[in-house]
Amino acid sequence: MKKQELPQDKSALEGYTRDICYVKNKDGKYEKALSTGWNIKAEALDNAWDDINHRIEDARNAVINGEKSPIYYFFELRLMDMQVITGYTGFWRFTVKRHMKPHVFKKLSDKKLQKYADAFDISLEELKNFNG
Amino acid sequence: MDNNTNPPISINHIQTAHCENGVTTSLLQHHGIKFMSEPLAFGLGSGLFYLHLPFITVLNGPFISFRTFPGAIFKRTCRLLEVKVQRKKFKDKATAQHYLDDKIEKGILVGSQVGVFHLPYFPPEYRFHFNSHNIIIYGKDDEGNYLVSDPVMESTNTLSPSELEKVRFAQGPLAPKGHLYFPVNVQPVSDELLKKGIIKAIKHSVRDMLYIPGFFAGAKGIKFTARQVRKWRDKLGQRKAGLYLGQIVRMQEEIGTGGGGFRFLYAAFLEEAASYFNGNEKLLGVSEQITKAGDLWRESAVQMAGIYKGRLTEQSDFEHSASILDEIYEVEHQAFRQLSKIKLS
Repeated sequence: MKKQELPQDKSALEGYTRDICYVKNKDGKYEKALSTGWNIKAEALDNAWDDINHRIEDARNAVINGEKSPIYYFFELRLMDMQVITGYTGFWRFTVKRHMKPHVFKKLSDKKLQKYADAFDISLEELKNFNG
Repeated sequence: MDNNTNPPISINHIQTAHCENGVTTSLLQHHGIKFMSEPLAFGLGSGLFYLHLPFITVLNGPFISFRTFPGAIFKRTCRLLEVKVQRKKFKDKATAQHYLDDKIEKGILVGSQVGVFHLPYFPPEYRFHFNSHNIIIYGKDDEGNYLVSDPVMESTNTLSPSELEKVRFAQGPLAPKGHLYFPVNVQPVSDELLKKGIIKAIKHSVRDMLYIPGFFAGAKGIKFTARQVRKWRDKLGQRKAGLYLGQIVRMQEEIGTGGGGFRFLYAAFLEEAASYFNGNEKLLGVSEQITKAGDLWRESAVQMAGIYKGRLTEQSDFEHSASILDEIYEVEHQAFRQLSKIKLS
């Protein structure tokens, strides 16, 4: 990529940082240059976030419809997967899956719920009272 | 040059395209290896790679990597330059902080592996549960906050003790467990040692790109991706196939490797390497080819974007994306074949 071709598009980096890129200068030698972003990349990221927001909305509806417990919603909201949530809570995979069922969730002790609240960075009350 | 006695709370912050290259460059420069640059760190660490793990998904998309495994660049670069590295992981958070404070007090710059999900100064849209980010901690301010040089950021940052603890003990795949590392007892590096290192590192990259077993790794992995891309439209449907292509583009980039970035970095490494071998024309020739591969990666990203933006929807558009990948395979395969034949001394 030549230096003059380096894109300077708007991206999620704005207000935080710029990308270092290696580009060819006039003499055909590599040098470092800063870029504010590239549309192509920004759109890939936007798309991924659209998908994530879809999943979060689906999770919210699942809680409203009584199919899933709030743990499932916050699990999606915090972009977690099973390895992440088991890491933060110390529960086993199948235990977490059980806790995502509304009728199991209702019977959970505050001590166990607190572990989830900490993992999600929310208060115990927020977790207990979430209803979609 | 060991800085065990004088604690300077200042750092020459070096911004780089990729975090691990950056930490490697900064730490080695700090220890007197002034010629260290990002391309050199990346090349000596045999950073270039391609991997598309079948059957596994990450972030609901294909598992694709354009570089070697996390931690390998720092490890290999230090080993080739005969720099000893001390590392430590922790079970206990208090011990982890105490150990760090002790190093800071002695004026030692430490590399720290962190997760980015809770990293407050990171752009929010980039905060995923990615746990192999690398930063340098170089001191503490008067309020007890840690001074941080994050190589992908334009300037330095601070983290409160609790913020730092959170990112050092992030959970999930490749959990850092408070991992700290730093070079010890660094000796001056002779030209001869550097040249030997470059030769070894190139050999390693040739091995990784041409001879590594498995249809999904090395240059041939790109062909595997091409085959997959051809199937995605029918197999996954338009929307999901678009997301999968988006993931290829995002992995090509990560944060701060702008557009086929790792290919350009390797091309820059070969250019720099040539200067240590009397401007070796053959190395420069391969550098040009890798640059071409980088440009093609960018071209493929533009084509794929047409699909994930919903402008291109036909199977022929997927075929076109795949055919660019096939071309990239040819270019990279040829480039490393040539590289393997160059005799350096």
